[in-house]
Amino acid sequence: MYRIPIGDYFDALIEWLTDNLEPFFNGIKTVIVTIIDGFEMLLIAVPAYVIIAIIALIAWKVAGRKIAIFTAIGLLLIHNIQLWEETMETLSLVFTATVIALVIGIPLGIWMARNNTVERTVKPVLDFMQTMPAFVYLIPAVIFFGLGKVPGAVATIIFAMPPVVRLTNLGIRQVPEDVVEAAKSFGSTDKQLLMKVQLPLATPTILAGVNQTIMLALSMVVISAMIGARGLGEEVLKGVTQMEIGKGFEGGIAVVILAMVLDRVTQALGSSKKARTG
Amino acid sequence: MAKVEVKKLYKIYGHHPKKVFTLVEKGMSKEELLKKTGHGIGVNNTSFQVEEGEIFVVMGLSGSGKSTLIRCLNRLIEPTAGEVIIDGQNIVGCNNETLLEIRRKKVAMVFQHFALFPHRTVWENVAYGLEVQDVELEQRRKKAYSALEAVGLEGYEESMPSQLSGGMQQRVGLARALATEADILLMDEAFSALDPLIRKEMQDELLALQSRMKKTIVFITHDLDEALKIGDRIAIMKDGIVVQIGTPEEILNNPADDYVKEFLQDVNRVKVVTASTIMKKPDAIVSSKDGARVAVRKMKESGISSIFVVDKERHIQGIITIDDALSLLKEGINNIEGIINKDIHTTSPDTPIVDLLPTAINTKYPIVVTDEDNKMIGIIVRVSVLTGIMGEENSDV
Repeated sequence: MYRIPIGDYFDALIEWLTDNLEPFFNGIKTVIVTIIDGFEMLLIAVPAYVIIAIIALIAWKVAGRKIAIFTAIGLLLIHNIQLWEETMETLSLVFTATVIALVIGIPLGIWMARNNTVERTVKPVLDFMQTMPAFVYLIPAVIFFGLGKVPGAVATIIFAMPPVVRLTNLGIRQVPEDVVEAAKSFGSTDKQLLMKVQLPLATPTILAGVNQTIMLALSMVVISAMIGARGLGEEVLKGVTQMEIGKGFEGGIAVVILAMVLDRVTQALGSSKKARTG
Repeated sequence: MAKVEVKKLYKIYGHHPKKVFTLVEKGMSKEELLKKTGHGIGVNNTSFQVEEGEIFVVMGLSGSGKSTLIRCLNRLIEPTAGEVIIDGQNIVGCNNETLLEIRRKKVAMVFQHFALFPHRTVWENVAYGLEVQDVELEQRRKKAYSALEAVGLEGYEESMPSQLSGGMQQRVGLARALATEADILLMDEAFSALDPLIRKEMQDELLALQSRMKKTIVFITHDLDEALKIGDRIAIMKDGIVVQIGTPEEILNNPADDYVKEFLQDVNRVKVVTASTIMKKPDAIVSSKDGARVAVRKMKESGISSIFVVDKERHIQGIITIDDALSLLKEGINNIEGIINKDIHTTSPDTPIVDLLPTAINTKYPIVVTDEDNKMIGIIVRVSVLTGIMGEENSDV
C-alpha cells in the first residue's frame, strides 16, 4: 500500500524555509535577542534587593499583603541560594516570550471573535501548537535560529500562545448579545464597540489567558535549556545530567517560586477586574 | 407624512435568503419553506406606518417575528427585501455613515433584558449614545443626569447597574434611550422581564413620559393587556405576517381571524370596551315641548315603560315613566315639565365598561351617553353591558 511520505514533505519544507527565508529568520532572531538582552541587562544591573522590593510592592498593590509577603520571602530565598542571576535570565526569557505571545495572540483572538471563518481556521492550528510535542519543533527552531535562547523563546511562544488566543476569542464572544446590540443600536462604530464594550467586558477572561500563557512559558524553561537557553532550566538540567540531585532540586524550587509569584499576581489582576464589573 | 414607514418588508433566515425569496413572495408558507429549503421566515411581507407621536404596539407570541421586525427598523438585523423609511429616508441599503447617523440621532432602543453595560456607572451607561458621538464630557454628564431625573433616578448616577433592582435597571435603559433625544423609541419587550407590579408602574410612567415628550414609539410585547393599555394602535403578528392592525377597540370588536380571536379570549374586556361600543340608539325620545299625550303614544308604540326627555338641542333633561304620564293625563295636564325625573346617570362615550358596572347594577333606567356638550348620543341598557363583557355586542340580542 502506498505510504504518504509526510515526513519527507516536512523535511523538504524545512529545507526550503532554511534556504529561502534566512533573512526573515535573522530578522526575527535580532528582535528576540534584543528584547531578551534588554530585559536581562536591566534585571541584572539593578540590585537584587531593589527588584525584590519592586516585585513585592506590585504584588501588594495587586494581590494584597499575604501574597506580597510570600513574594518577598520567596525571592529572598532564591537570592540566598545564589540562583538570582539564573532566575533573572529565566524571567527575561519568560517575559519576552509572553510579551510576543500577547502581541500576536490578543489581536488574533479579537480577529477570531469577529470572524467565524478565521475562528474555524485558527482553532486547529492552536490545537496543533499545543499538542505537538515541543521537541518536534525545537529541532527546526535550532536549524533556523541556531543554538541559544532564541529558539527557546520561539518554542516557548509557540507553546504558550494558544491560551491567550482562545480566551481572548472566548471573552469577546461571551459578551451578551443584547449588550452588543445595545452598543450598536446607539451608533457605535466597530472600533467603538470593541474598545468601549467588548474588550472591557472580556478583560477578566483575557487576563486569565495571560495568566495561562505565563504559566506555560515557565513550563518550557527546562526544555529551552536543552537547546542552550541559560537560566534556571540549565541548573535543573545540570542537576539531572550530572547526578547533582540537590542542585537540580534548588533550581526546581526557584522555578516553582517564580511560577507561584507570577501566577498569584496575574490571577489577582484578573479577579480584581472581575469584582469591579461584577 | 408617517414618521416610520415599513413597506413590503421581508426577513428570511438561512444560507441563501435571496434565492428562496421568490418562493416566499409567491406565498409559500413558513412551514413549507422550512421543509423544502431549510430557510426560516422572520418577517413576511409586512407594511405599516407609524405616525409621529404615536405608540404603535406590535404583539404576537414568541416566534412570531416581532423581535426580528423591530431589529429591522434600525438594521440590527439586515432585512432581505423591502423598505424601512424613517423621516422620509429609506435606511435599507443606505451606507454605513447614514446608518450610524440614524442610530445616533433618530432612533434609540430599549431592550427586554435591559442590556446595560455592566462595567459602566449608571450615568456612563446613559451617556453612552452621546459618547459615541464624541459629545464633550460635561455636556454628556449634564444630559445624562437630566435623563436620569426624567425617569426618577436622581441620586443613582454613580451606582453600578448591578446594584439596582430590575425596575430601576430598566429605567436606566429608558434614560439611555432618552439621552440622545432621538424622536423614535424602539422598545423590545421592554417591560416583559419585570414583575407584574413594577411592570404596571413602568407602563404608567411610560404613558406619563409620552404625554410630555411626544415620542414616536414602536413597542413590542407578547402581553395583550399591555398592548391594549399603552397602544394607540396595535399590529398583531403571526408567523412573520401582520394579520391585523387597528386601535385596541377595533381589534377587540372585529378580530380579523381565529388567531386574533384566540388571543383576545383572555382579555379583560371590561377595561377596553367603551360606552360608545355598547351604546345603542334610544327607541324613542320626547322633547320637553311635547306633551304627555305624545310621550304616552311613543312609549306605547315602542313598548317601553319610560322615555328620555331632551330639549331641542338634544340636551338631556331627564326621564319620565308611563305611569306618571298617564296620571298626568287623567288630571288633564299636558305639560310634562313637572314629572321629569332628573335623577339619571350620564357617561361619556370613552368610559370603559368597568366604570359603568356599578351604575348599571344600581340604576333602574338605562345610562345615557352624552358628548362634551351634554348632548345625548345614545343609551346603554343593562343587557348591553353584559353582552359587552361577553364580547357579543355585534350579534342581535
